[in-house]
Amino acid sequence: MNWTLALPEITLSILAMAILLFGVLRRGESFSVCSMLTLGALLIGAVLVIGQARGFAFNGQYVVDPFAVFAKLLILAGAALALVSAQDYNREEGLARFEYPVLMLLAVVGMLAMVSANNFMSLYLALELQSLALYVLAAFARDELRSAEAGLKYFVLGALASGLLLYGISLVYGFSGTFDFAALAHLLSDPSHASAGLIVGMVFVIAGLAFKISAVPFHMWTPDVYEGAPTPVTAFLGTAPKVAAIVLLLRVMFVPFGHLTSQWTQIFEFVSIASMILGSLAAIGQTSIKRLMAYSSIGHMGYALIGLTVGTVDGLRGVLIYMVTYVFMSAGTFACLIAMRRRGRALEKISDLAGLARTDGGMALALAIFMFSMAGIPPLSGFFGKLYVFLAAVRAGYWTLAIIGVLTSVVGAYYYLRVIKVMYFDDPAPAFDRRPVGLSFVLGVGAVVTTFFFVFPAPIVGAAQAAAAALFG
Amino acid sequence: MIVAFFFYVFAAILLVSAAAVVSSRNPVHSVLFLILAFFNAAALFLIAGAEFLAMILLIVYVGAVAVLFLFVVMMLDVNFAELRGGFQRYLPIGATVGVVLLVELALVLGGWKFAPDAMSLRFAPVPEATHNTAALGDLIYTQYVFLFQAAGLVLLVAMIGAIVLTLRDRQTSRHQSIERQHARRPADTLAMVSVPLGVGMAEVSVPPPPAPPARRLAHADGHADGHADPHDAGAAHGGGHHDGGGH
Repeated sequence: MNWTLALPEITLSILAMAILLFGVLRRGESFSVCSMLTLGALLIGAVLVIGQARGFAFNGQYVVDPFAVFAKLLILAGAALALVSAQDYNREEGLARFEYPVLMLLAVVGMLAMVSANNFMSLYLALELQSLALYVLAAFARDELRSAEAGLKYFVLGALASGLLLYGISLVYGFSGTFDFAALAHLLSDPSHASAGLIVGMVFVIAGLAFKISAVPFHMWTPDVYEGAPTPVTAFLGTAPKVAAIVLLLRVMFVPFGHLTSQWTQIFEFVSIASMILGSLAAIGQTSIKRLMAYSSIGHMGYALIGLTVGTVDGLRGVLIYMVTYVFMSAGTFACLIAMRRRGRALEKISDLAGLARTDGGMALALAIFMFSMAGIPPLSGFFGKLYVFLAAVRAGYWTLAIIGVLTSVVGAYYYLRVIKVMYFDDPAPAFDRRPVGLSFVLGVGAVVTTFFFVFPAPIVGAAQAAAAALFG
Repeated sequence: MIVAFFFYVFAAILLVSAAAVVSSRNPVHSVLFLILAFFNAAALFLIAGAEFLAMILLIVYVGAVAVLFLFVVMMLDVNFAELRGGFQRYLPIGATVGVVLLVELALVLGGWKFAPDAMSLRFAPVPEATHNTAALGDLIYTQYVFLFQAAGLVLLVAMIGAIVLTLRDRQTSRHQSIERQHARRPADTLAMVSVPLGVGMAEVSVPPPPAPPARRLAHADGHADGHADPHDAGAAHGGGHHDGGGH
C-alpha cells in the first residue's frame, strides 16, 4: 500500500475540505481568509512534496520520482501566484466567494495526482478532477455572458476530449489487458505485442491529452476560454494546468509507450510544427491581449513539444526548463493584464496599454521584460527555454523542427514587440487604477525570475536533468 | 429443483412487469411496474449468487432512481398521450432503424467466437474462498482505494460547482427565524378589545395596531424596504391592519 507516499495529495484534499467547511459555516465574506488558508495549504503541500520519499504506492497506481517532484513544485508555485493575483480583482468584480480558492485547491490536488499517475485509471480520474474544477472556475462570473459561455464551451469540448481519451484507454486496455504503465512498458518491449488496435488507442490518448495542453489541431477552445473566463482564472489556466498536462503527456509517452517512439514521433512532429505556426501567425491580428496570450500559449506548447518529439534526455530536460520559464513569465504577464483597470472597469485591448511607460513605468518595464522573454530575446529566461529545446533538437538531428522553431519565433517576436511599441511609443491613454500590492508582488516575482534566470540556471537545469533522467530510468 | 422453480417465477414476473412498464397508459403505473421489475431482477441476482449486486440494485435503483422517476412523473405535467401522437408518423423510420440494428446484432452474434479460456472462466464467476461482497470490497477499498477516493473528490467538485454556478440568495425570500418566533409576544400583534353587547364593529374604538411585525422583520433582515417591494409591502400591511380591517 504505502499510502504515506501520497501524503501531499491527501493533506491537500483534507485541507480543501476543511477550508470548504470553514467557508460554509462562517457567515459573511470569507474569500480573503479562505484564500490565505489556501495559500498556507499550498505551502504545506510544497513542504510535503520536498520531503516525499520516492517509490510506488497503491499497487503501482501512484508514483513519486524526481520528475514528479519537479513538476509538483512548479504546479504549486504557479497556483500560488495565480491565487495571489486573483485577490483584488475578484473583490472588485464581485467574484469574492470562498469557493474560488477551494476549487483552485481541488484542481491542484488533481494536477498533483496527474503528475504522479502511473496507471491509466488514476490518470483519468486525476485529469477529470482537475478539469472539472477548471470548468467551474471558467464560468465563475456566472452573471457575465462571456464567462458562462467560456465555461460551457470548455466543458463541452473538454468532455469530448475526455471521451476520446477514454476511448483510447479502453482500446489500449482491450489490446493489452492492463492499465498499469510499468506492465504496459514491459509488454511493449516485445515489438510483436504492439498491435494495430493498441496503436490506435495510443493515438486517441494523445488526442485527448493534446486537447488539455491546447496543441493544434485541438486548440479551438483556447482563445474563447481565455478571453471569456475572468482574467485571474485565465492566469491560472495558462500556468499550472499546462505544466500538469504536459508532464502527464511526457510520462505517458515515455513510460508505457516508450518502446513505440517510432510510432508517435511523427504525430508530435506535426503537432509541434502546427502549433508553432498557428501560435505565431494567428496572434498577429488580435486586438484583445487575452486572445493574444491564448495564441501565444498555443505557440509555446508547440516549442515545448519539440523536446518531446526529440525523445532524448536532453529534449525532456528542455521541456521542463521551458515550463519553468513559461510559468513565471505568463504568471507575470497575466498579473499585468489583471492590473489593467481604469475607473474600476477591467480592460483588455492592446490599445488600452498605450503610453503605459509614461503613466506607470514599473508595470511597463515588467510587461516589456515578459514580452521580450516570450519572444526569446537573450538574456531573459524565455531565451534559455527555447535554447535548451532547440539544442536538443539539433543534437538529435531534428533540423526541420529547430529551423521552423527559430523562424516562428521571429514571426512571433513581431506581435510581442508590438505590445512594447504601444506601451513605449504611443500617445498615453489615461492612467490605470492604482495597482494592488498582491499584483505588484506577482509582477515582481515573475520579472525577477525572468530577468535573472541566467544568473542561477544551474540548480534548475540540474534538477530538470535529474528529473528527465528519472523518467528514462 | 426448487431453485429452478423460483428462477422461472421471478423471470416470468420480471418479463411481464417489464412489458407492463412500456405498455401501461398511466406513467405512474409504469414506474411502479419498473420497481417490481427491479425487485425481480434483484431476486435473479440472488439466485445467481451475486448478493452484492442484488442489494445495490435495490438500494440504488429502487431506493433512489425509481423514486426520483416517480417524483418527476408526478410533478411534471407531461402529456404522454401527446408524446405518443407521432407514433404512426415515425413508425416507418423507427422500424427501419430497428431492423437494421437487429440484422447487425444477428451478424455480430453469428460471428461470435469464444476465447479459448473463456469457458473455464465462465464456470467460476465467484472468486475462490471468499464472498463476492468481500471480494468487491477488497477491490474497491483496498486495492483501488486511491481511485475510489479520487472519484469521491470529483463528485465533491461537481457538487461545489453546481452550487457555485446556480445558488442565488434571493433578497425577497423569507427564511424562518426560530429566535424571532420565540421572542414574539402576543402584545406585538394582538389587541384585546372588550365589546359591549349590542354594539356593532363600527362603534368599538379599536386601538391603533402596533407596528406590523412583518415589516419590522424585513428591516431587521436588511431586506428591501417594505414600500419598495409591492409584494412585501402588501403582505406587511395586510398583516398589520388586519384587526382594524372592519373600519
